Amino acid sequence: MKLVVNDKEVDVSAQADMPLLWVLRDLLGLTGTKYGCGIAQCGSCTVHLDGQPVRSCVTPIASVGARKVTTIEGLSADGTHPVQRAWTEVDVVQCGYCQSGQIMAAAALLAKTANPTDADIDEALAGNICRCGTYQRIREAVHRAAALRASR
Amino acid sequence: MTAVSRRDFLKSSALSGASLVIAFHVPRRAEALLLASAPKHPLPAPNAFLRIAADNSVTVQLAHSEMGQGIWTTLPMLLAEELECDWASIRVETAPAAPAYFHTGFGMQMTGGSSTTWSEFDRYRTVGAMAREMLLRAAADRWKVDVKHLRVEKGFVVNGQERLSFGALAEAAQALTPPTAVTLKPPSQWTLIGKPVRRLDTPEKVTGRAQFGSDVHFPGLRTAVVARAPVFGAKVKSFDATKARAVPGVETVVQVPSGVAVVASNFWAARLGRDALDVQWDLGPGQDVDTVQLLESFRALATKPGAVALKKGDCDAALTKSKQRLVAEYDVPYLAHAAMEPLNCTVRLEKDRCDIFVGTQFQTGDQTTAAKLTGLPPDKVNIHTTFLGGGFGRRANPTSDFVSEAVSVAKASGVPVKVQWTREDDTQGGYYRPMFLHRVEVGVDAKGFPSAWKHTVVGQSLLAGTPFEAMVKNGIDESSVEGVTDSPYLQALGAKLVTLHSPRNPVPVLWWRSVGNTHTAFAMESMLDELAHAARVDPLAYRVQLLKGQPRHLAVLQLAAEKAGWGKAPPPGTARGLALHASFGSIVAQVAEVSVDEEKHIHVRRVVCAVDCGLAVNPLSLEAQIQSSISFGLGPTLHSALSIKQGRVQESNFADYVVLRLDEMPKVEVHVVPSKAKMGGIGEPATAPINAAVANAVFALTGQRLRSLPLKLV
Ligand code: FES
Ligand code: FES
Repeated sequence: MKLVVNDKEVDVSAQADMPLLWVLRDLLGLTGTKYGCGIAQCGSCTVHLDGQPVRSCVTPIASVGARKVTTIEGLSADGTHPVQRAWTEVDVVQCGYCQSGQIMAAAALLAKTANPTDADIDEALAGNICRCGTYQRIREAVHRAAALRASR
Repeated sequence: MTAVSRRDFLKSSALSGASLVIAFHVPRRAEALLLASAPKHPLPAPNAFLRIAADNSVTVQLAHSEMGQGIWTTLPMLLAEELECDWASIRVETAPAAPAYFHTGFGMQMTGGSSTTWSEFDRYRTVGAMAREMLLRAAADRWKVDVKHLRVEKGFVVNGQERLSFGALAEAAQALTPPTAVTLKPPSQWTLIGKPVRRLDTPEKVTGRAQFGSDVHFPGLRTAVVARAPVFGAKVKSFDATKARAVPGVETVVQVPSGVAVVASNFWAARLGRDALDVQWDLGPGQDVDTVQLLESFRALATKPGAVALKKGDCDAALTKSKQRLVAEYDVPYLAHAAMEPLNCTVRLEKDRCDIFVGTQFQTGDQTTAAKLTGLPPDKVNIHTTFLGGGFGRRANPTSDFVSEAVSVAKASGVPVKVQWTREDDTQGGYYRPMFLHRVEVGVDAKGFPSAWKHTVVGQSLLAGTPFEAMVKNGIDESSVEGVTDSPYLQALGAKLVTLHSPRNPVPVLWWRSVGNTHTAFAMESMLDELAHAARVDPLAYRVQLLKGQPRHLAVLQLAAEKAGWGKAPPPGTARGLALHASFGSIVAQVAEVSVDEEKHIHVRRVVCAVDCGLAVNPLSLEAQIQSSISFGLGPTLHSALSIKQGRVQESNFADYVVLRLDEMPKVEVHVVPSKAKMGGIGEPATAPINAAVANAVFALTGQRLRSLPLKLV
């Protein structure tokens, strides 16, 4: 099966119903995308398909088709995506396990809504659990990332 | 870098990399010095806490695990404060499991009890100061000048117009005899300690490069998923693995003490293989556990006195004499830690060594357990600590359950294996914060203030049945009554009796962020609030009255109240509640502002939190820990609970074990009391009071006194 992951074409041999999450992690070695629940409840596994945020734990590999997969490893070449910069400035991360998913969800939000309100952030990110409770700084960092994007 | 390559890197840099990386170890002889500098806590030898390389990088070895709490940054701050290196030159590694890294207070390698920063405050500063002295002497030798003409500045030794970098001096410094005494900087000269410093682990954690236990990979590694007992204590009777073995990718199926493990080439195959397993279980007494019945049995027990934890005066006589009596019962359910990263452990077992790659809070315990299981001496069991995707106590298990199981699977299957728990496994796998019930009976005087306090606590002991059982003295596991027996409100009271029942049952229990304080703070601070309202005294004024003679507590309480605008009208539709609790050497007061919607759901809008933890080493990290603790505590305040029927845990994943989400996160405001008191912890203390602060606010808003967690309005 052919996939486009982080702008590279890859060939994987997997059962059609294997979730994209495990293809990324176990077959392609892209471990930045995390497993948290496996049932679309936590958002740890968030990746982009043609820019749309999806839960890779419930995305069968056969359903991906020609859509481009972007993972945290492909979000920027060097960690300088405005969301990553804002996360750094605001000192968001704690254990870090949920953060790939948070960042991918925030990046997708900002691509669609350049200047999100708190309500927009609630809606886009309430599906991403953080057990360390970094929520307050996530909110602040999303606003900061919006400002960084605008000033580019 | 993976844990594997890091290990090899350590070896190569220490042994052969002299041309590139000059190892600069603070030698064992330093022990004597450390003993002299910290007479109260004899410290183990600081074997390689620090390595300075020719490229000027300063690599700090962490004796503790990074699980989100920020010690990846705080411990290097302590060392760098004294070393005076360039902060940008700091690199961080987690130390291997070895006696050199034992906790300075607890005598084993572990991370917990909100103790990392205070317990390492002297050791990491001393190591930094020793290295600084040795670099200075190396420079003095090089320049042939008296060391007193030299000073250090941002990674250089400076002599008038001349400078030598630490990297250039490292090799010469290493050859010197370490100093026998060092002088630590006075607080007035600190440039890092007490300042907000951003995390050093952010670059890895915002790019997906950070290596957690579940990310460990090396050639030949297999993944296993284990079918564990459906009720606690059940044993495998028989199993049929025919269908499991037919799943593509499944390689072998083995029985281990905890169940049946399906070993496959990847997680998904292992998971499908486990689904296809047919296991017959011998259920045993675990099948009778029912949390509704259990709570009723606790309620019955609570009317009888248990083992005496605290006794002063004749409490029953004082109760009889009191003007009025208030009785209330508070209960809390079993809770899972539900760390974001489900449990996992990777084991590579060879003839003469065992390598374990794991996010653990308890290296010494895991190493000892693995040594017993494999028959290897402990020093042949290498623990490679990865980043932890959350710990909250679950990754510090005296029985090392998730580590010993992985060792068993590796042993039985004969291949290197990562045992990966699913979220359902993690939720239903036990080691919970135990269910507790408190019965509190208070006699009050004519003004409504306590004249007798009779308090009965019922709940499982965390220590009973573990290697730490000896810490239970005269039937009292201190962790069941902490926060009651030492309550600041009861200090002056002449008649008090605190007793404890610790009934046993098959549900495994464990410490959960802030341990016993999770329930004792709820009971104490709810009762205080009930007493204040019964006395028709403002809840703040009532507490202030009882805290006379407790100036630190009082200052924290008053700061929180003042910042929250206590006494002024709250925003329309909201009300405020107050709670104060001291734990882990720190005092925390919180004012919660809540509202209730038409569906009677409680919303926490704002939490003002004041804290006295002694010195706040990194205020930025302190604020993060308080936000974190409040978020963690609010899950069980509003939603989280485990229920067990016929021995089976009913909840399994985040759909039914509900935790706090972003849209429910209140605005948390943190205020630190400047303090010269002994340093306390900050990872846990702010979790304890939040339940009661919210419950008290709900009462103020609705008149409903909710005494059960999670709080549900009727
Ligand atoms: S792992 Fe996919 S949403 Fe939780
Ligand atoms: S940072 Fe730990 S779960 Fe979000």
